[in-house]
Amino acid sequence: MSDHADLDKTVRTYILVFVALMVGTLVTVLAAELDVSVPLAITIGLFIATVKASLVACFFMHLIDEKRVIYWALALTGAFLVALVALPLLTSVIDQLGHFTSGGGAEPH
Amino acid sequence: MEIPYTVEAHPETGLNNGKIGIWLFLTSEVMLFGALFATFIMLRLGSDGQWAHMQEEAELNIPLATINTIVLIASSLTMVMAWASLMRGQLGRFKLFGWATVGCGGIFLVIKYFEYTAKFAHDHFPSSNTYLAIYFTMTGLHALHVIGGMAWNAYFTGPGSKLFHTNRQWLTDRVEHSGLFWHFVDLVWIFLFPVFYLL
Repeated sequence: MSDHADLDKTVRTYILVFVALMVGTLVTVLAAELDVSVPLAITIGLFIATVKASLVACFFMHLIDEKRVIYWALALTGAFLVALVALPLLTSVIDQLGHFTSGGGAEPH
Repeated sequence: MEIPYTVEAHPETGLNNGKIGIWLFLTSEVMLFGALFATFIMLRLGSDGQWAHMQEEAELNIPLATINTIVLIASSLTMVMAWASLMRGQLGRFKLFGWATVGCGGIFLVIKYFEYTAKFAHDHFPSSNTYLAIYFTMTGLHALHVIGGMAWNAYFTGPGSKLFHTNRQWLTDRVEHSGLFWHFVDLVWIFLFPVFYLL
């Protein structure tokens, strides 16, 4: 009885998450129409995408109630992912700084 | 010889083999798509202001991509409903939601087919420019994942569902694992959609 009640609650949560994801999709499309700068538009778009992805991961993929070993594996993956994305970004920033300090001409490689 | 921990949890991790296996696989998938997103960032930053021009020239179909986003999110709901049906012991409902999930995957691919053929008709190929190159690479790889997920779900909804009568918990676990993969595919699209079509 209790298991069935829990499952009913879980199914209701799934439907709520689905509605939230649909609203999120609508907001993503509408936000793209806003007349804002490109960096701000990217920030808004990726923020909404991250919220939607978190909902999928937490509720549909049951990460909200998972074993510790899974969290550790994902934390390690997250750390490597951040490094993977940050390194090219960092090189680009350094390149831009070099371009700025040398008054417009970056050092040839 | 029987393989241990196929259904019952390993005492050290609290997880069965399939669950730990699928999560480790998904971590490798995160790195695969992560590398491609890093490539995307490099190409965009190094495009010398040509990115917006290339994006405009590509004329991606935003309404179709929005429909595809809705279809994939709906398929994630049917996937968890299929799993919940198995938890309740309802084989008929499981099959209904299982086939609905496979069907949503099919709709996604058909829409993608129309998108791709429209691009090819306008001489837009991966070799045309860096924007289209990364667009076709990432959405193409994602579409391959959709095909893989459909095959996996179709097997458990069809012939694999016989396991319901002999070892229901094993089938439920396997469906949960295929669901984890399917949700990951949905999750990747949640980022691909704004990155390519809207920003």
